[in-house]
Amino acid sequence: MASSSHGHGGATLHTDVHPFWGKLNWDALAFLHDPIILITFIGVVLGGIATLAAMTYYRLWGPLWRGWLTSIDHKKVGIMYMILGLIMLLRGFADALLMRGHQALAAAGYEGYLPPHHYDQIFTAHGVIMIFFVAMPFVTGFMNYVMPLQIGARDVAFPFLNNFSLWLTVSGAVLVMISLFVGEFSTAGWLAYAPFSGLEYSPSVGMDYYLWALNIAGIGTTLSGINLVVTIVKMRAPGMTYMKMPVFTWTTLCTNVLIVATFPVLTATLALLTADRYIGTAFFTNELGGSPMMYVNLIWIWGHPEVYILILPVFGIFSEIVPTFSSKRLFGYTSMVYATCVIMVLSYIVWLHHFFTMGAGANVNAFFGITTMIISIPTGAKIFNWLFTMYKGRIRFETPMLWVMGFMITFVIGGMTGVLLAVPPADYVLHNSLFLIAHFHNVIIGGVVFGIFAGIVFWWPKAFGFSLDPFWGKVSFWCWLIGFYLAFMPLYILGLMGVTRRLSQFEDTFYAVYFIIALVGAVFVAIGIAAFIIQIVVSILRREELRDHTGDAWGTGRTLEWSTSSPPPYYNFAFTPRVHEIDAFTHMKRVGFTRPSEGYMPIHMPRYTATGVIISGLLTVLGFAMIWHMWFIAAMTFIAAVAYGILHTFNYNRDYYVPADEVRETEHKFLSKLAEPAE
Amino acid sequence: MKRAKIAAFLPLIFALSGCNLVVMSPSGDIAEQQANLIIYSTVLMLIVIVPVIVLTIFFAIKYRASNQDAPYEPDWHHSTTLEIIIWSVPLAIIICLAGLTWVATHRLDPYKPLSRISADQAIDPEVQPLVVQVAAMDWKWLFIYPEQGIATVNELAAVVDRPIEFQLTSTTVMNSFYVPALAGMIYTMNGMQTELNAVINEPGVYKGFSANYSGAGFSQMRFKFHGLSEQDFDAWVETVRADPQGLDRDEIAVLDNKSIAHPVTYYSAVEDGLWDRILNQCTSDDDLCMNDMMMVDALGGGGLEGLFNRELFRGLCSADDPEALLALLRPDVEHSAEEILAAMTLTPAIVASDPLPNGN
Repeated sequence: MASSSHGHGGATLHTDVHPFWGKLNWDALAFLHDPIILITFIGVVLGGIATLAAMTYYRLWGPLWRGWLTSIDHKKVGIMYMILGLIMLLRGFADALLMRGHQALAAAGYEGYLPPHHYDQIFTAHGVIMIFFVAMPFVTGFMNYVMPLQIGARDVAFPFLNNFSLWLTVSGAVLVMISLFVGEFSTAGWLAYAPFSGLEYSPSVGMDYYLWALNIAGIGTTLSGINLVVTIVKMRAPGMTYMKMPVFTWTTLCTNVLIVATFPVLTATLALLTADRYIGTAFFTNELGGSPMMYVNLIWIWGHPEVYILILPVFGIFSEIVPTFSSKRLFGYTSMVYATCVIMVLSYIVWLHHFFTMGAGANVNAFFGITTMIISIPTGAKIFNWLFTMYKGRIRFETPMLWVMGFMITFVIGGMTGVLLAVPPADYVLHNSLFLIAHFHNVIIGGVVFGIFAGIVFWWPKAFGFSLDPFWGKVSFWCWLIGFYLAFMPLYILGLMGVTRRLSQFEDTFYAVYFIIALVGAVFVAIGIAAFIIQIVVSILRREELRDHTGDAWGTGRTLEWSTSSPPPYYNFAFTPRVHEIDAFTHMKRVGFTRPSEGYMPIHMPRYTATGVIISGLLTVLGFAMIWHMWFIAAMTFIAAVAYGILHTFNYNRDYYVPADEVRETEHKFLSKLAEPAE
Repeated sequence: MKRAKIAAFLPLIFALSGCNLVVMSPSGDIAEQQANLIIYSTVLMLIVIVPVIVLTIFFAIKYRASNQDAPYEPDWHHSTTLEIIIWSVPLAIIICLAGLTWVATHRLDPYKPLSRISADQAIDPEVQPLVVQVAAMDWKWLFIYPEQGIATVNELAAVVDRPIEFQLTSTTVMNSFYVPALAGMIYTMNGMQTELNAVINEPGVYKGFSANYSGAGFSQMRFKFHGLSEQDFDAWVETVRADPQGLDRDEIAVLDNKSIAHPVTYYSAVEDGLWDRILNQCTSDDDLCMNDMMMVDALGGGGLEGLFNRELFRGLCSADDPEALLALLRPDVEHSAEEILAAMTLTPAIVASDPLPNGN
């Protein structure tokens, strides 16, 4: 992020535009002027060189390209989504630490180290990155990896589209990362409220980075949503009726219906704002009859369902973990499914609760307040269902279950403050305060993030064939839990003291103690993240000890993904499973299912393609060129991307058959290992 | 888990603890009622939240795998009684909360004139509310007192126990006007007017600020709100009147320049019709007032007729007498004059029945 150290309107605002390079010039290299960014830049360059050198030395470029980047295997795509989420988590959390540190200093009466222009970019980047490039890739990664396995499918409905969606998301993330060093990022907050985000008040390239990153990534998410809905509707194993689908698959279905219904709204809204900034329209401006209120409505019509897009898959993850570690069937499957669907529908009709204070009438505010509260009923039902799944179970407190316990207690507190904020007159005094910040971190960390970590530990052995080290997993859990409460309970109190969000300077020093406690909490979370990474490294080193040959790593897996080997073969299932009951794998185990060792058939599989990477690469350049007004490059890359897309439609070499012999060999390898530990 | 238990009791600690929690112990009746609402809602919700937390911990301990004495029923997955309870108890609470919400939202509607001064003091129908016109600017607050004919920047004063009616707009991006001790916040938006009715019950100096991020000077966009007795208020007004400076369109142009931590400034007089010009984005002579533009639109828009009208209106802030203008320009539309007037007038005062901040 840039600082305003040389010029008031942002580092890169120049009136002279080069015919080829647009607004880009040497002044755009922000890190030359700011020590924080310079150090980051040096770190990134050294780390980058080391990585590139290591990859060249170990000759990893070929395998990376052939085995991963061009892969359209839903499992590899899912893992790559998760890697993207993890990398961006580090960036987003670094922003959080910078903010916490700065606010603690500023509240104590010091100036702090972030001037407003830099601070504003950091909170914007933190929000954008955490929602779009951390939480979204993580949940999309889970849905990609787990759902096809749970429904007994060999891949998603449109495997190439899946790869393309991933790379569009990466493209958006790359643009956000480039803004760190070239130019600057938006200062308009994560939702870029108009008219602030318009050309008049945000003339710099920061807003354009925001728009093009989210435009490109948003299209990827929409495509991925269509893909996964079709997969669930069309590709379930025979016998798996809707009411026999695993709950995670149900939540995936509802989530992707939400994505398909709402992400086009985001794309359209950002397209209108882009038009305002690039071609002088006046949809959301103060002038010429534009309506900023319209922007706020539109962005939240996407934005509220978005938070359910994040939380619903995570509810699904919890619904898989609780029965597995309670060794007991999920309580109230049917009510769980209906609760999910009710939440899905209701999430469309609550958006106005994000701006009760905009001055709508009492009827409107009361209506949206009450619809919001109603959502807490199905959500409460879900919590009770997990609770009664534990009832009369045999609960093992493995790491995933710990995360669930942390979630259940933390999330209800966040839910309570959420319902409180849904009471319009209460919101009048709490809106935009640190109470609000504490609330949504309470539900996003206590819900989504805890769920993501629970899911990673839970399905890691499925994806890689060995479990994660429990010690470091527990360290990570406790640091996160303690860190969360230390970081956000003081923010609730500060909110009640009337401290508003996004402040970089404070009037009073008596806030300092709370901000310092919050900083300590953030440090705990940092240790939690470090412990998580150590957990992965330690587990990789100890992978032979942690190896699972059964495919059912926790011993009590209930759904179809546990019926294949760990990791699953690229074709997932040698034989398409037949489903007779809910918890298909538990049923298989109970009726004494044995894996067939003969009779394998050739399997029809899609072929890898580089098209997704190439088009997304071109679109990244297109976005960058549009941001910097390099019209010639923009036009060329646009034409190239469209042309390559058309060319791809003539690629008829897109599928192949895995010979039966190869299937036999793979399956026998698994079966022989399966037989070993039993002896 | 212990930590989580403590966290569950935090709302209680909030409710009981000290004077720094301005939101929970405010000095104005509206904010007071809002604080009470927070407590009632929290208590209502704790009826569900506490059992959930307690049960979670209890089940976790009782049904741990190592406790082989606890009953184990791996296939038990349904109970109609339990299902009814887990859906209906939250439903019952939400019905109560929804009723509370409906009533409170209407009672505490910021547009609604006050119905009482405080819990034990009825409103005096003789006393007119003190009108304060508030404009959020980059990055300071402009307050105009039409009754007193004065204006201030970054300092607000009002009489204790006299209703205050704020009319608010913004000359720039969205901001939110918030004095936590007085009443809940309300957005200020360019070209639109929002309203807030409130009263301060105790004399004192309170913090006010923008609660909606608005750019580089946002952190310093704050002011002091003085709750004064009648005499003190009159004395304060005299102090302001003693300042040689008046507020006119030229001064607005100066204030339109961005400034951070703008000093408190007094204006002893205010140009006539200035608020309407601020609200309608036409403090500069070159700008067509928005209400006039709306009138132009209502009278023919951008066609030839519209062009003619545009010339006619330039520099004329005609919202004061739209009826006369309509009669002059379009005597032929007399039958629908009322609708046209409603469409082109911006200020809610004229369309009294319209609860929305903007007339469009």
